[in-house]
Amino acid sequence: MAEPGRLTREDVAHVAALARLHLSDAELDLFTGQLAEVLDHASDVASLDLAGVAPTAHAMAVTNVLRPDEVRPGLDRDEVLGQAPSVEDHRFRVPRIPGEAP
Amino acid sequence: MVSSGEWSAVDILEQHLAAIEAGDGAVHAFNLVTADLAREQAVEVDRKVAAGEDPGLLAGVPVALKDNLCTRGVPTTCSSRILEGWRPPYDATVVTRLREAGAVMVGKTNMDEFAMGSSTETSAFGPTRNPHDTSRVPGGSSGGSAAAVAAGFAPLALGSDTGGSIRQPAALCGVVGMKPTYGTVSRYGLVAFASSLDQIGPLATSVADAALLFDVIGGNDLLDSTSLHRPTPRALAVLDDGVDGLTVGVLSEFLDGAAPDVVARVHQAAEALAGAGARVEEVSVPEVAFGLSAYYLIAPGEASSNLARYDGVRYGLRVDAEDVAAMNTATRSAGFGAEVKRRIMLGTYVLSAGYMDAYYNQALRVRTRIIEGFTRAYHHCDVLLGPTAPTTAFALGAKVDDPLTMYLSDVCTIPSNLAGHPAISVPFGTGDDGLPVGVQLLGPALSEGTVLKVAAVVEAAAPPLAAPVLVEGTPT
Repeated sequence: MAEPGRLTREDVAHVAALARLHLSDAELDLFTGQLAEVLDHASDVASLDLAGVAPTAHAMAVTNVLRPDEVRPGLDRDEVLGQAPSVEDHRFRVPRIPGEAP
Repeated sequence: MVSSGEWSAVDILEQHLAAIEAGDGAVHAFNLVTADLAREQAVEVDRKVAAGEDPGLLAGVPVALKDNLCTRGVPTTCSSRILEGWRPPYDATVVTRLREAGAVMVGKTNMDEFAMGSSTETSAFGPTRNPHDTSRVPGGSSGGSAAAVAAGFAPLALGSDTGGSIRQPAALCGVVGMKPTYGTVSRYGLVAFASSLDQIGPLATSVADAALLFDVIGGNDLLDSTSLHRPTPRALAVLDDGVDGLTVGVLSEFLDGAAPDVVARVHQAAEALAGAGARVEEVSVPEVAFGLSAYYLIAPGEASSNLARYDGVRYGLRVDAEDVAAMNTATRSAGFGAEVKRRIMLGTYVLSAGYMDAYYNQALRVRTRIIEGFTRAYHHCDVLLGPTAPTTAFALGAKVDDPLTMYLSDVCTIPSNLAGHPAISVPFGTGDDGLPVGVQLLGPALSEGTVLKVAAVVEAAAPPLAAPVLVEGTPT
């Protein structure tokens, strides 16, 4: 399997944007070096020949988990909304979503 | 003692609150001490005893909770600014079970932010210090829980273990800590870090206490779809069975990177097990050497997905901005610390198109190989033995600026998480610096009973460990 190239500053900036994180120039420099070092260490895994080995996403997989179809109380609405940063008419309130009319 | 009426729950609680008051300034084990709530719970236990009602298995026992376990109406921060002040609208299942067992919950313990760290230094609220030497780290991420037990602030604590976060701090603080089999303890109400690896478990001053706490919190839970349906074996019942006829494998890969004084303690523990009737042999599982790399691809991948929920909309911090995407970014940039940002970015990277197969999927295949390696060893070994951490407690600040070096602290604990297997750290004397050493026992899935009874034999043979002195002249 081809090993990916070394992580660049541009890669980190791109990934930060995907993860909705804003990084200062100093943070970008610091994180690029640190993350590249971790990925370099992980290249021992990337270079292994594991063709034909099945991946394990979950060590103790359980399937078809259902609970009895019984009505149970949910969370208290006011208690949940009481923890929200902004609420209007019993709903979570957020700033404008781009593309929508203001 | 409480259920027999010999001691009142209120008296026991007040002694522990006094110890916290006197000593936690130096240690900072707690983010929050819930004295009023604890007093209410202690009074209720004493009322039940007086009325002749069953007060529960843990009647009046003070328990400290890692601050990533949800407690209804009581702040739960994960030691992060992004959750500062959040009061969960529900209790974690383990919290409900503790309350039903009569435990008294004394507070929420400090941790690495979102359990990402091995020293409790990534906490947004400042580090916890090791009670045995306050210039050293307690380990992490459950460093507050381990320090609270070591300092005598609470005889029992709960932690969570994703890559060693119960066992490594237990080792560095000289207490017992166990990561149970994945799925034996409900994760409902545990704030998620890496869902396929996270597991809640006990920290205690003795193997028997850890077994008791595991028995109380374990068992199927309808609220966690990964909770196993088979009944959890009662660990406490088999604790005194001994090791006669069992085979213990000393895991050579775990000895390779460990300091000589730690390795010497592992060999001493192996000799004690041989003396108690176990067959001891050296075992190699070469696959575990790739555990660290696989873990630091899988766990950040899962974390990047789990932590997407901190968007400033429903709970926790919000930093306002002109539109919703800018608000998300401003909130997350202000609310997360550096280590959490590193892991989110690492995870986002390894899951992104073009890199997923080379990194994440490859790591999942390594995970399969690690499980196969352990399975091979368990064909002829009942348990495996090794160090918990490669060294004793390191100095505060020694590794915090060098993430890869910090990650290497977890090299002996990570394979059990990848495999979903149980493992326990038991204090076994000290290193050359006089600080606690932990030895680790690993077993196959659902072998908690075996792991605990071997741990009990190791514990009985362990050299004594001096209690930490936090307030001059008063050993805790």
